[in-house]
Amino acid sequence: MKSFTRLTGLAAPMDRANVDTDLIIPKQFLKSIKRSGFGPNLFDELRYLDEGQPDQDNSGRPLNEEFPLNFFRYKGAQILLTRENFGCGSSREHAPWALDDYGFRAVIAPSFADIFFNNSFKNGLLPIVLSDEIVDQLFAEMYASEGYELSVDLESQAVMTPSGQVFKFEIDEFRKQCLLNGFDDIGLTLQNTDAIKTYEARRRQETPWLFDVVK
Amino acid sequence: MAGKTLYDKLWDAHLVEQRDDGSALIYIDRHVVHEVTSPQAFEGLRLAGRKPWRVDSVIATPDHNVPTTSAERASGVEGIEDRVSRIQVQTLDDNCDEFGIVEFKINDRRQGIVHVVGPETGACLPGMTVVCGDSHTSTNGALGALAHGIGTSEVEHVLATQCLVAKKMKNLLIKVDGQLGEGVTPKDVVLHICGVIGTAGGTGFAIEFGGQVFRDMSMEGRLTVCNMAIEAGARAGMVAVDETTLSYVQGRTYAPVGAEWDAAVANWADLHTDTDAVFDKVVEINGTDIKPQVSWGTSPEMVLPVDALVPNPDEESDPVKREGITRALEYMGLTAGQKITDIYVDRVFVGSCTNSRIEDLRAAADVVKGKQVAASVKQALIVPGSGEVKIQAEEEGLDKIFIEAGLEWREPGCSMCLAMNADKLGDGEHCASTSNRNFEGRQGYGGRTHLVSPAMAAAAAIAGHFVDVREL
Repeated sequence: MKSFTRLTGLAAPMDRANVDTDLIIPKQFLKSIKRSGFGPNLFDELRYLDEGQPDQDNSGRPLNEEFPLNFFRYKGAQILLTRENFGCGSSREHAPWALDDYGFRAVIAPSFADIFFNNSFKNGLLPIVLSDEIVDQLFAEMYASEGYELSVDLESQAVMTPSGQVFKFEIDEFRKQCLLNGFDDIGLTLQNTDAIKTYEARRRQETPWLFDVVK
Repeated sequence: MAGKTLYDKLWDAHLVEQRDDGSALIYIDRHVVHEVTSPQAFEGLRLAGRKPWRVDSVIATPDHNVPTTSAERASGVEGIEDRVSRIQVQTLDDNCDEFGIVEFKINDRRQGIVHVVGPETGACLPGMTVVCGDSHTSTNGALGALAHGIGTSEVEHVLATQCLVAKKMKNLLIKVDGQLGEGVTPKDVVLHICGVIGTAGGTGFAIEFGGQVFRDMSMEGRLTVCNMAIEAGARAGMVAVDETTLSYVQGRTYAPVGAEWDAAVANWADLHTDTDAVFDKVVEINGTDIKPQVSWGTSPEMVLPVDALVPNPDEESDPVKREGITRALEYMGLTAGQKITDIYVDRVFVGSCTNSRIEDLRAAADVVKGKQVAASVKQALIVPGSGEVKIQAEEEGLDKIFIEAGLEWREPGCSMCLAMNADKLGDGEHCASTSNRNFEGRQGYGGRTHLVSPAMAAAAAIAGHFVDVREL
């Protein structure tokens, strides 16, 4: 798994609440059997003026010049600043894959949908929860100052603004360690093989119908 | 010590290991797989040289990409016209063959939407943990199971280890008492709940649906309600096991039989919340007040009774919400203050993992029987949730009722719920849909979804616009 330690990067806005996974990566791109290549179709319906198709060359498509990610000042952004309940909707991991493939390494919001939040960690994409007030402040500062960069340090669980203001964020210890170290979490779980087998043997005795073979 | 909730009991029974950092290893009994979220997981297994831990815990079926016209279905996978969809369905077949996973292939009579097939075959049972790379896995919680969606990395993790690394959620009770009025269905109940608690209201919680309304509800109705727990932000929704559950499960293909059935029933008797258990949050709703619902916006929480008016953003004080309402009205092509019943529909879709079971089809057939689809409606689709549902509906003659009324009778699949196949809305078209999500572009680029019950969708097909089914 991709690790995340610290980052200083340009922030860009997705200034609306309840951004759903259909908006992050529309359904037609889910037909891919790969994990990569979703970046050009991130926010496809907002970014372009036409309907995108899988396997299409996106370079010639008409851009929506009013969509902030198409502004010159946000080119190369690595931190997405957004509103409450980001990533609601489906379980598609294509959403963090698309954000990652585009170049985002962290998303800051007042809240996230559960499945998206969980999926992000598996892909080295750090979702950071900060309060409504702080997110409002970051939006205001970002809009006011071109080239607005934030620094994120996972070890100390802190976001730092250009003026040196520091905001702490919470994160589960297990997720933090996995992300800092880029652990292969399947490998980690398989270290518990004995415990899983013991559990399984007991349940086979107690609840044998759970182990009936499906044919 | 306080008693346990249903969720507490399911969690405890599946706990392999609790860790000091708050995370836990949870054992997964049933893993359901479809073509969209699994190819990268199987590829991951191959690259790491890993095998599925317990291959007989997995069942698979293609649903999102499969065409629903009988012409395009006739020659199986090879006949899928969209090349990218064909490759994805073929990849599922190849992966299941390679790893020895039981798959109900495209034209198997057991094929269908994963969340219809799981309960219907008895592959998903009370007391199980069920996961699938699909957020509507919460559907299975209606059986008294702990069921939720996972991402593709977790699909690979469960295939390889039979476990998930998880953190226990909080407990939320949504209690709906009273009696539903005539024409008010489980879909209306869950849409109303989304409207009350909001699309993030259940985030971080496992929801138990309790109260008289759910005790009185059929199993299929409970499946509809739990299906949309995720639309209220909760990964998992569930209902306690009772006689309704047992009579639904008994006799299904993979349900236990004989002495094993008796042992299972004895075990399942505990699958309810103890009377002295404490929930982290309780929401109480009077079921008698619920009316037939129609969503007007681009989030499932943007929903109103059919006799209401489209909201006015100027009346919302929160600026982020006001902006959301304004944007939704613009996308949906609606005017503040407009009557819901004045919204005309271009297409009608009865189907999806929310509402494609036999009771849903019967409800739609009751409304359209002997009538004709309005001339202004371009298309009205009836898409059964599985091959088994389709066969049963045909035995009951429902297909003929639909066809005579001018609706299209299709092959099972996800169809127009999410437009990954040929069934889509055109730009700007309004749809009365029994599916679960009204997000922008969900049913097709520029498409405008209105979430409703099967009876309400059928009534809109006949009238050409939304009508109150209670007045028919």
